[in-house]
Amino acid sequence: MTLSLTLLMALPLFGAAVLSALPKTNALLAKQVALGTTLVSAAVTIGIAVQFQRDNIDLQFVESHQWIPSFGINYAVGLDGISLVLILMTAVLAPIVVLAGWNESQSGRWSTKTFYILILVLEMMAIGVFAATDVFLFYVFFEAMLVPVYFLIGGYGTGKRSAAAVKFLLYSLFGGLLMLASIIALYVLSGEQGGHTFDTQALSHLHMSSMTQNLLFLGFFIAFAIKAPLWPFHTWLPDAADAATPGTSVLLLGVLDKVGTFGMIRYCLTLFPNATKTFTPTIIVLAVISIIYGAFLAIGQKDIKRLIAFTSISHFGFITLGIFAMTSQGHSGATLYMFNHGFSTAALFLVAGWMSSRRGSSTIADFGGLQRVTPVMAWSFFFAGMSSLALPGLSSFVSEFLVLVGTFTRYPVAAVIATFGIVLAALYILIPVQRALHGPTTPGNENLSDLTLREKIAITPVIAIILFLGFYPSPLLKVINPAATHVISQLGFSDPAPTQLGGK
Amino acid sequence: MLINNGLVYLIALPLAGAAILLLAGRRSDKWGHILATLLSAASFSVGLLQLSQMLARPTGQRAVEQKLFEWISVGTFKVDAGLMLDQLSICFVLLITGVGTLIHIYSISYMSHDHDRRRFFAYLNLFIAAMLLLVLGNSYLNLYVGWEGVGLASYLLIGFWNQKPAYATASKKAFIMNRVGDMGLSFAIMIAFASLGTFSFAGIKEAAPHASTASLTAIGIMLLVAATGKSAQFPLQAWLGDAMAGPTPVSALIHAATMVTAGVYLITRSNFIFDAAPTAQLLVIIVGAITLLFGAVIGTAKDDIKKALAASTMSQIGYMILGAGLGPVGYAFAIMHLLTHGFFKAGMFLGAGSVMHGMDDEVNMRKYGNLRKFMPITFVTFGLGYLAILGVPPFAGFYSKDKIIETAFNAGGIRGLLIGSAALLGAGLTAFYMTRVMILTFTGAPRWDEKAHPHESPILMWLPMAILAIGSVSSGFLLSRGNALVNWLAPLFAEHAEKAEVLKPVVVTSLALLMVVIGVVIAFMKYSRGEVSSVAPEDVSALTKIVRRDLLQDDFNEAVFMRTGQGITNTLVKTDELVIDGLVRGVGSAALGSAGALRKSQTGFVRSYAAWILLGAVVLVAAIWLVTL
Amino acid sequence: MNAANYLYVSALLFTIGAVGVVVRRNAIVVFMCVELMLNAANLAFVTFSRINGNLDGQVVAFFTMVVAACEVVVGLAIIVTIYRSRRSASVDDASLLKR
Repeated sequence: MTLSLTLLMALPLFGAAVLSALPKTNALLAKQVALGTTLVSAAVTIGIAVQFQRDNIDLQFVESHQWIPSFGINYAVGLDGISLVLILMTAVLAPIVVLAGWNESQSGRWSTKTFYILILVLEMMAIGVFAATDVFLFYVFFEAMLVPVYFLIGGYGTGKRSAAAVKFLLYSLFGGLLMLASIIALYVLSGEQGGHTFDTQALSHLHMSSMTQNLLFLGFFIAFAIKAPLWPFHTWLPDAADAATPGTSVLLLGVLDKVGTFGMIRYCLTLFPNATKTFTPTIIVLAVISIIYGAFLAIGQKDIKRLIAFTSISHFGFITLGIFAMTSQGHSGATLYMFNHGFSTAALFLVAGWMSSRRGSSTIADFGGLQRVTPVMAWSFFFAGMSSLALPGLSSFVSEFLVLVGTFTRYPVAAVIATFGIVLAALYILIPVQRALHGPTTPGNENLSDLTLREKIAITPVIAIILFLGFYPSPLLKVINPAATHVISQLGFSDPAPTQLGGK
Repeated sequence: MLINNGLVYLIALPLAGAAILLLAGRRSDKWGHILATLLSAASFSVGLLQLSQMLARPTGQRAVEQKLFEWISVGTFKVDAGLMLDQLSICFVLLITGVGTLIHIYSISYMSHDHDRRRFFAYLNLFIAAMLLLVLGNSYLNLYVGWEGVGLASYLLIGFWNQKPAYATASKKAFIMNRVGDMGLSFAIMIAFASLGTFSFAGIKEAAPHASTASLTAIGIMLLVAATGKSAQFPLQAWLGDAMAGPTPVSALIHAATMVTAGVYLITRSNFIFDAAPTAQLLVIIVGAITLLFGAVIGTAKDDIKKALAASTMSQIGYMILGAGLGPVGYAFAIMHLLTHGFFKAGMFLGAGSVMHGMDDEVNMRKYGNLRKFMPITFVTFGLGYLAILGVPPFAGFYSKDKIIETAFNAGGIRGLLIGSAALLGAGLTAFYMTRVMILTFTGAPRWDEKAHPHESPILMWLPMAILAIGSVSSGFLLSRGNALVNWLAPLFAEHAEKAEVLKPVVVTSLALLMVVIGVVIAFMKYSRGEVSSVAPEDVSALTKIVRRDLLQDDFNEAVFMRTGQGITNTLVKTDELVIDGLVRGVGSAALGSAGALRKSQTGFVRSYAAWILLGAVVLVAAIWLVTL
Repeated sequence: MNAANYLYVSALLFTIGAVGVVVRRNAIVVFMCVELMLNAANLAFVTFSRINGNLDGQVVAFFTMVVAACEVVVGLAIIVTIYRSRRSASVDDASLLKR
């Protein structure tokens, strides 16, 4: 059987169909089916990654079928290095999330079965959104993804889950509508210039006045900035991450938010090269603000889940900075960062979720001295924290440093300010580490149990990936580099030459 | 450069130890410490083997390299996981693994009562591996990995007993201040890449002559920032005193002999940058001079034996940095002082550990006294270290420190006079505070608590102390015999013309010895005559009070950085909640509010709807009529 | 006779009907007023048919009659049902849609 993206998307959907046929009462079977499906999807994705020709800059695994011919809409999918890496991350994270959150569907409004159907549908849509090469198809997945997440937060979350779910949905829909307006405008323009189409490649050759281009760019960019999220469009994230179950949060921050930064590369940069150049300085400023602002806010949080959400805002600032630095280091670094952030946030969120479900609270002050009580859990949290603060030798260091170096060669001031973020990162990680893990064991924590075998199995691959890619990121970089360089060269940028060596 | 595929074992052996001990957990409690010690010793053996091979090669081909794999490669940003061993790094390798192994042995006994001894050894092995990576990396980025790796190991070891909140805070403080320094190293790499297109040692060495002074100065200053963080130099010195929260063997290995000297390594390794950037070099000298006095002054008022030694470490590293700032003529002396300091300071720290071991973990020297009777071996080994740090001939410090002072004077002009005098003054202060430590600890009347039962430490503890004491006695003589170390390192550094001697070596030595004698005499006058109170007297001058508070370093940091940071954080948290999220919620409540207002028009009375319809129809007709008119 | 006079009558009838719908409370009367408005429109259609000399207006008038008949059937049924349940045919009493 040849591997194809359609097959990859059909697998989770098939799993969801099987799940819906199962009886509601048998929760264990539902979990097993979900785990099996996600594992098979992960295997297929790895198979695709192996077959992927990394030196070929053309789209691969291309499929195109007419969907709504009267509007020129196609079901068109394909892969380049960037989307491959993100699909790989999605497919590998999914079974980890299922396994790690084995019991998190219990407190929900609906059955366990429904929970996993939603997870599987979300996985399928996430793969679709990264694979789509038709703008309309992308948009459909982009918006449809909100639905399972809405129900996952609102139905299975904790605390103010309904309010958070609504805030998330409305905020995202608002951005999505701006994007829809831009997409329709693109469609109309393409009709005026030789045939209606939604094909990304064809649309990138449209002629537009700079005003039109700027407006359409903003329509896309604001949607992605909300999704990413970039300061000042970030306030939905802490609420959503706080209310969602840990597994959902991982998918939300690790996968869903990447659609924003991925979209910036795939759509903002490719479709609107001139507008990109116009807005780059503004976006660089926003990215730098995100980095510093997110870090300060993380330091000021009292709740561990909100803290992690704010660290992510800081990290997304780095990703955006790398994308708009327009250097190969910044671009490859940003894509690698997306991958690495998925795993380091997954580690943080999963362990924080285990901690708070054991303690019955996610307030940092309620913990204390966990290192002596639950050493494995404490170590996992510490390790995840080190990954988040980009300790050299762990994967996030490679990407963060690439972003900083790539930015420095073109925008030294932005890079310098962003680098201060690494000191703040040490603060926002070490403060909760000290409060929760160190010090005397405070009342209420004496009898917490350490990680179970299932939880250890779930966290091990995450830690292994973080460590492995810290020392040996080449397998991913070799896939990303050609695509990243291609994007930049299409925009007419090349890496700045060393300043001291040209003249002398 | 020659290829040698054995270098990786230097790092791999201790790294494997750390991994095994951490993963095996409690199962390795019984044998973990032995494994860790053996692996450290094995790494030392590999180092010795490398040294013997290196000695067998002619001068020009002594450096060897090993490329492990391609680490990062994006565009022109290419860096291999590559190791390099040359005359400079072999000194460090032997110091790290040699002293490291001794301290492993010492810790077997010192930590034998600790429930988590295995974890301690895992961290020690991790540290050795990271430190070796630091000195073996062949580019600044490889060095950076080791650089933060030792920071992590140091964090873990300072906070080894982190169940005590103060210790946990100390470890956090060390990590964060180190990160500030690390930022400097990041900047240095970025500037190097942006301006020179490379950040490997070999690459920059090649490109440096063609580069502008401005960019080299910028790189140099950033490297200096990195060095101040790791080596506890002014203005990033405040963490070192608190770092004494870690178990004493850690203080000996990491916070005296090896990790804190990484800054000196960095500057010496970057000699080709600093040689071409006089401004950066001057800053190095200034930082070194300030710190050597700063540390020495703090040391005079410390009652905690470990903190007194920590202040001394800070000051001695100040000497090394000063030496390294003097350029090609000073690098070798900085390294020599680094090596001799490694012996005598580690020895003294282990001595302090031995004293604490016998005194029920008491660190306050005012509660010691007359311990030489009860701990003769500790007294003798500590005493030899004491003589070495004072610079009494023929002990180790005499050879290394005098050379730095002499070179400082030879820098010429007012600059030479200033830094030379600072170094001389530092020597006097060193003599004073070290004599104070000796007197308070080993002589006088006992001022112990009732619980204390001083006794000599077991052989596993005193043997490393004895070996280090031998080093304290002989290393200076051996390293400077026939200029051995200077000649050994010479191929790495730029050639330098012999500077005119401002002061003859004999004069410098006499001056230094004079300062030492003055310091010792004052200390004897103050502490040896009459009783020493077992609590620190309160009726002291304002200056003493300030010195006791570490010259207000923490107060300054707290007022300027911590309070500001907290202020910013609180303001931003409020802003986010009220302004940014407020705007978002504002949109929501505006929608709700306007909907509420509009809802009032829906009265539910059919007749009012009918009236509205009628009105609408009339308006519509009127509009059509007006338009068509 | 001038055809415009029929239009004036139609307008007058329509106004009476419209005012009746707005001011009267009894559902039956409101209903009759609606019928009055419909028939006013019918009258106007027939007049226009006459003025323009074609049959379009008369065709529409028949349509209106059919619609009005249907409306009467449904409307009266609703009014009767409301009266049964609420013992009142006042339109102001049936304002439940507000909530």
